[in-house]
This record gives sequence, structure tokens and C-alpha cells, in this order.
Amino acid sequence: MWNDKAQRLPREELRTLQLRRLQDQVARLSDRVEWYRRRLADHGVQADQIATLADLARLPFTGKTDLREVFPFGLSAVPRSELVEVHMSSGSTGKPVVNAYTRADLELWGDLMARTLDMGGVGADDIVQNTFGYGLFTGGFGVHYGAEAIGALVLPISSGNTRRQLDTIVDFGTTTLTATPSYALYLAEYARENGVDPRSLGLKRGFFGAEPWSEPMRSQIEDDWGIEAFDIYGLTEIIGPGVGSECHEHDGLHIQEDHFYPEVVDPDTGLEVPPGETGELVLTTLTRQGTPLLRYRTRDVTYLIDEPCRCGRTSRRIHRLMGRTDDMLIIRGVNIFPQQVEEVLLRAQGTAPHYQLVVDRHGSMDSLEVEVEMTVEAFSDDLGDVLALERRIEDDLRSALGIQAKCVLVNPKTVERAITGKAVRTIDRREVKTHV
Amino acid sequence: MSESGAPSSATENWLVDDRVVLLDQISVFLENRPGSLAAAAAVLAEAGTNLRALSIAETERFGIARLIADDTEQALATLQQAGFTSRVNKVFGIQVPDRPGGLAHLLQVFDGHVNVEYMYADLKGVGSNSLMIMKLEPVDEAVRLLVQAGLY
Repeated sequence: MWNDKAQRLPREELRTLQLRRLQDQVARLSDRVEWYRRRLADHGVQADQIATLADLARLPFTGKTDLREVFPFGLSAVPRSELVEVHMSSGSTGKPVVNAYTRADLELWGDLMARTLDMGGVGADDIVQNTFGYGLFTGGFGVHYGAEAIGALVLPISSGNTRRQLDTIVDFGTTTLTATPSYALYLAEYARENGVDPRSLGLKRGFFGAEPWSEPMRSQIEDDWGIEAFDIYGLTEIIGPGVGSECHEHDGLHIQEDHFYPEVVDPDTGLEVPPGETGELVLTTLTRQGTPLLRYRTRDVTYLIDEPCRCGRTSRRIHRLMGRTDDMLIIRGVNIFPQQVEEVLLRAQGTAPHYQLVVDRHGSMDSLEVEVEMTVEAFSDDLGDVLALERRIEDDLRSALGIQAKCVLVNPKTVERAITGKAVRTIDRREVKTHV
Repeated sequence: MSESGAPSSATENWLVDDRVVLLDQISVFLENRPGSLAAAAAVLAEAGTNLRALSIAETERFGIARLIADDTEQALATLQQAGFTSRVNKVFGIQVPDRPGGLAHLLQVFDGHVNVEYMYADLKGVGSNSLMIMKLEPVDEAVRLLVQAGLY
């Protein structure tokens, strides 16, 4: 196992290590980062008040909007000259989010991505075709540094040019694919259209992330390519990919806890929820210096898995991401994510569906309607068939969401699209919003 | 879901008969809101499509318009481009003498062996006969009985 000692560190020692690193980090931030010094003072917290890991809850959160305030290097705990690389994610509004790395940050990143690739069995003999974009995006470089650390052969092909991607797999005998899940599906389809059976190419495994995906999609990718598919999680603000990674057990993603401390909180109250309970993932970087963050609100929804994994790694895990807090709807007291609906529809219709959640309130009762665009494949001249489809979707929705939802079949392109062409997934017609 | 492809060639051969034909029927998904049929009809009218037969089946939540067009390909393309989920399947067109008992006689042939999933009438008919559009299941059995009855 890559960095065996760190990954198998007994829980008690891990907690001790985390506490020491947290104390150092908070001390360093109040010492060297003006913005955090003020933020901590506003909250009436002093570095020496962190006596246990539970004291983490006394620290203020850091949010995405805060990062805009300190753009670009306002959180750095080192002089500008010690920053050696920058990555960014395009903010859909306002300024982009910047992550600046020191030499040590980059080495850490390589180590974490090496752990990630090693979890899927990548070794020095492997050929890694990295279709994540190289550039300001973290995906390309993150995978690259990890593969490099392992000593695998990296093909830094970056994104796009599907013809060349396919040729490269064939010509070089790629064993490991890193991609967004949707691109992996597209590439397989492209291969088949061009008379190449993706299963015949000898690919062994793939690492997929950078966009939400689901278990049905994983099965499809694994079937299409004849590989084992691993889910990877990361975000630009924290370090990029390498924050959480799946092992062969495929039972949640291991958080690299010696460097990132995870909490799951109720998005409304900010109070920590127990393991197994769904909420917003909050991450504290324990060792980073280029762009350290305390209690960063990721807006990603998941729950913590406390039970030790059968693989022998001692870290806690997070469940595969369940959605974004921005997308979360609370209907009759139940948290609903568009992604859950998408999974149901994918199973029922067999293709990626266009759909929309419409929430309304009649009297004091919230109602959920799921408008689903009727595909030609699922359509029939027989009323009974279409009714059965509707009923099956409603049954599946009820068991997946825990509340009753009405399925309304509609014609294609009826579902509202934003100006960007991206589907608008939820419409909340209730007068009173139940969350902010 | 029901198949949309043409029946086997054997079946087609049985139906080389001017009084029993296989027709391409277009089914159109109609949302449950006022004017959705009118919208589909308007799209077809604009494209200059002539309809030979039309029927509507509906539930309280959606409807399906079934139609026979002079030019199936053009009508299907027009509907799909306008955003209507539509598909084609084969149905029987059976001439029925326009006199009392004409239809009853035909249905007796199928009695107990073939399901009439739905049927409706062609708008013009053929000569002095009515033309009934019928979805019959199973198709092969329907053909066998029609032939056996010596009707056609």
C-alpha cells in the first residue's frame, strides 16, 4: 500500500496527529494570515484554546464567498516567493476560486494522488491515459503528479480529441483511464461506432470524478469497458483530486484524514451531525500552507462512514456524493436531491433523462412533481405500456426518496432550460422557502 | 414496450391482398393539457400532411394520438422536429362491407383467439367499404384466421 504507514495509522494515533496538526495550523494562521487573524478574533477564538478535536466546532466556517474576498493570495501562510503553482476553478459568478501551492503542497498532492491510484492497483508497469484537462483545472495535474510519484507511464493527453484518445489507447495499450464519467461513456460509444469493441482494448481500471455520477453509471462504464471503476473526489479549494478516494471495496471514499479533517454538518444550523446522517461536508486542511482553509463549507452533501474499512485503511470514509446543498430541496421534512431522481429515471428509461422537479404547496402540504421527457425508445402506441412506465417511475421514486412524487411525462424540450442550455433541475413554487 | 418494427416477411406475404393491408401508424404522445392535440394537428397541417385516419386514446394524465398519414416519413419527421415524441408501428387496415353486421362478422373470426387492442375507422373508406384500422395481437394468429375464414 502506498504510504502504508499513513494509511494504516491506528485511529488513536491518527487523532493525536490530527490534533497536533490542527493546533499548528490555527497557530500559523493567526500568526501569518491577516484575514484569518481577524476572522478568529471576531469569533473570540484564540489558537491556544484548541485543546481537543472537539474544539474544532469553535472555529468559524470558511465559505466560497470568503475566498472571493481574499482573491488571489489572501489566505497564503507563506511569502509569495514560496508559492510555485496556481490552479483555479471558474466561478460561475464573480471571481474564480484560486488555490496556490507551495513546493510542499505539491509534494503532498502527488502523495495523495499516488495513494488514490494505488488503491485501484496502479503500479510502475501501468500506462495511465489522463484525459482530465491540463491547465488551471486541478484534474490533469493532480492525476499526473500521482502517476509520476508511482512511476507509472503517464500519457498527458488532456481532454478532447476523441479520435486521438481512442487511437492512443490502442497504440499504447493504456491500462488505466482517468476521465469524467460522462466522457468515459462517450468514448466507449465512439469506439463502438468506429468498429472498436472497448472491452477488447485491455483497459484494467478507470478513475472517474469531477462531476456527479451514480451507481448505474458506474455499472455502465464497467460493462462498456470491462474495467473496475473508481470514484474520486476533490475540489479546487482544498487541493484538487485526492481528497477522497475509493478502494477495491467500493464502499465509500477514504478521506485522507491525516491532511484533511472531515465534518458533516446540518447545512442550515451548521451543527455537526453523527456518522451515517446526511449533511454538508466541511473540510479543514491540516497541513497545507499555500492556501490553508479552516472548516471549508464544500456544499457537497454526503455522510460520514465511521466503521473501519475492510481494506485496512483506518481513515473514515464519505458516501459517494449525494448532491449539492444548493440543489437540495426539503419536501415534507425530507431532503431531496435531483441526483436521486436522475438515478431512478436512468434505471427506468435506460437513458440519461431530461427531467425537472417541481415543488408546490397546496394548503399546508408540499407536493413534488417530476416532469420527465418522454423518449422515443420508452414511448409506445399502447396506453397500458406508457401508464406502466409512469407507475414504475412513481414506485421507484417513492422507494428512493421516501416520499410520494407524481411522475408527469412530457414531450422533449418541454423541460425548461437555462440560457446556457443546461437543464433547470428544480422549480420551487412554494411561497416560503424552507432553506436558504 | 411494444415493438415498432415491421412484422416478419412471411407475415407481409400473407397480406398481399387489396382488402387487408398493413399500414404504418404514427403514435404521438400528447401531454395532458388543453390544446396539445390542436398543436400536433397544426404542425401537420402546416407541413401539408393529409391524414387518412385519426383516433385519440387518453388517460387522465396523458393521451396518445394514433394516425395514418399519406406520407408517413414526412409526417413523423415533422412531428419529431416540432418536439412531439412519436413513433411508427404496423397496424391492420381491413375493409369491412358497409352494411349491417359487416363488422360483427369480421370480429367473430377473431373470437377468443386474437385481441383487438384498439380500432378506429379510416376517414374515407374504400369504395363502398369502410376501412377499419386495427391493432391485433398476436399478429400471426390474426393473419392465419383471416385467411382461414376465407374472408379475403
